[in-house]
Amino acid sequence: MKIIKIDKKEWEQGLDKSRKEYHLFGAVKDKDYYLIQALGDKVYPDMESSDTILSPKSVIFPQTEKMLTANLDEAQDNHHIMERVETDYSPRAVLGIKPYDAKAFKILQLNFDTEEFKDPYFCDAYAATTLVGLAVNNPGQFDFSTSVDTGPFDETDLDVLLIDTGNEYLAKVITDKGENFISKCGFDNQTDEKNALETISKLKKKAEKAIVSTVSHDKLNGKTILELYNAPFWDDIAFSCINCGTCTYVCPTCWCFDIQDETKDKSCIRFRNWDTCMSRLFTEHASGHNPREGKTQRVRQRFMHKLKYFPDKYDQGLMCVGCGRCVKHCPVNIDIREICEQMNS
Amino acid sequence: MENPYRPYPVRIDDIEIATEDKSLKTFKFVFLNKEDEEKFSYQAGQFAELSIPGIGEIPIGIASSPVEKGFVKFTVFKTGVVTSHLHNMQVGDIMGIRGPLGNWYPWETLENKNILIIGGGFAFTTLRSSIIYMLDPANRAKFKNIDVVYGARSPGMLLYRDELYEWEKRDDINMHITVDGTDDPNWNYHTGFVPQITEDFGPKADKDTYAIVCGPPIMIKFTQPVLEKLGYSDDQVIMSLENRMKCGIGMCGRCNIGKELVCKDGPVFTLKEINLTPKEY
Repeated sequence: MKIIKIDKKEWEQGLDKSRKEYHLFGAVKDKDYYLIQALGDKVYPDMESSDTILSPKSVIFPQTEKMLTANLDEAQDNHHIMERVETDYSPRAVLGIKPYDAKAFKILQLNFDTEEFKDPYFCDAYAATTLVGLAVNNPGQFDFSTSVDTGPFDETDLDVLLIDTGNEYLAKVITDKGENFISKCGFDNQTDEKNALETISKLKKKAEKAIVSTVSHDKLNGKTILELYNAPFWDDIAFSCINCGTCTYVCPTCWCFDIQDETKDKSCIRFRNWDTCMSRLFTEHASGHNPREGKTQRVRQRFMHKLKYFPDKYDQGLMCVGCGRCVKHCPVNIDIREICEQMNS
Repeated sequence: MENPYRPYPVRIDDIEIATEDKSLKTFKFVFLNKEDEEKFSYQAGQFAELSIPGIGEIPIGIASSPVEKGFVKFTVFKTGVVTSHLHNMQVGDIMGIRGPLGNWYPWETLENKNILIIGGGFAFTTLRSSIIYMLDPANRAKFKNIDVVYGARSPGMLLYRDELYEWEKRDDINMHITVDGTDDPNWNYHTGFVPQITEDFGPKADKDTYAIVCGPPIMIKFTQPVLEKLGYSDDQVIMSLENRMKCGIGMCGRCNIGKELVCKDGPVFTLKEINLTPKEY
């Protein structure tokens, strides 16, 4: 394990060096909130920012993504034959990603990178991405990441973990990808491992202790799908829901998408957009029949998917990293922690 | 990396109006590239996404049979944006097919068994594929008795009528063709709903008999108690489900019933499996 000490004064200079090889992404302020965005020249990530309103999933799974294209001009030889659009998959680095947001990519990967089918758009973007995490020293009030098998210092899906120690970052170099990024930045001040690990361990304990919000899910595995599905509380939970879909869009682990075609002149594009299980149209058949017609059914689908279907299907924990965005941004205060407790009781 | 979203280019080789009300047409496609046809190696019971560039995609059961080579066939009900567009397309037009997708009827389990096929309306497409497959000289000996109950509203709404009447004449398949009603004095087959005809003519279950059921919800609802009465257990009843789909490869997230994805884990399930999931189809 290599730990590099980075003086904060040298941080931006290092990032500039890396730009020769990497497109950089990081949190920037937009009106009253933060978003993860591609960073233009001389734009640097706000490393002091609180959670971004949307998770960083769009770096690898964009909100709108072109997939295929075809020429519709019948005079051309290849007309109506769809081919993959050309997309830039040169190396990119996400700076200051929260460790639990990075862990969410592992959850998305279970959906997009399977034995039978590989989603080439996700796989190529994921392979091109270096995740430079920033440990969360001061967790927010909505953070319950330690309850769901991740946490403020989780390294599971990081290439580098930065730990803010005041005037400097300690950079734990976790993977080869991380090593490459750090060296392209020119950061090479290797520090004594033992001391650094001690410092990190102290900060980690302090951060984990600061997380007061917890959720129990230990009994979910012992209950059947139908037992939970037919539980009496779903109407009450869904009562205030307005099916706005905010929870699904801000969620780092929600992966549902729609596919649409658009044409302009003699060419067409097939693209995908994030979709939401809160929408009535999401499941409506062409006949008009809808298996999830009512909002209770749709609300139930979201929580059953995250807390029961996913864990049963993959045996890799919940489909939730405890970032708390859905709790924070829900306009009617629906709280996944309370629902999980109800399902677990 | 094979791109599972990229459709194989195909040409419409033939279009046939399938029902008297013209709401269904059977499209015959040939692959532009021979190697794509080999990649599109399928089993009876699977489906594919018919893909029209600029319009969209629609999941449809494969009506041709793995033993029919050189083309693939789909019978399509005109109902939404993509199917309406498809109904207006012409022989020679180029479009795409993505697949084969989903699982299939459990042919290994069904070997050396009696098979009762129950179909209604236009949900007979993958059942046609299955019947052609079983009746193929290379396969017929693998199965014992084959009974088929198939019904539609009227004689003109039955799919694949010529083939039905051919099968009716054979002695290695027992056809029980029915219509809800008809004023045709020359109608030689049954009149009555599928559940009733199944009860009157369907074989009783034993451990070597399986039923494959495909049809509209109302038919399925009233056929289930009949099968129970005939002694079929829930794992001897095989069904094919439909749900709204986009990707067809288990990724876009909308077609699930509980933890099962109809597009990838299905569309074929036993009634026993379905009984363990929420009925969200």
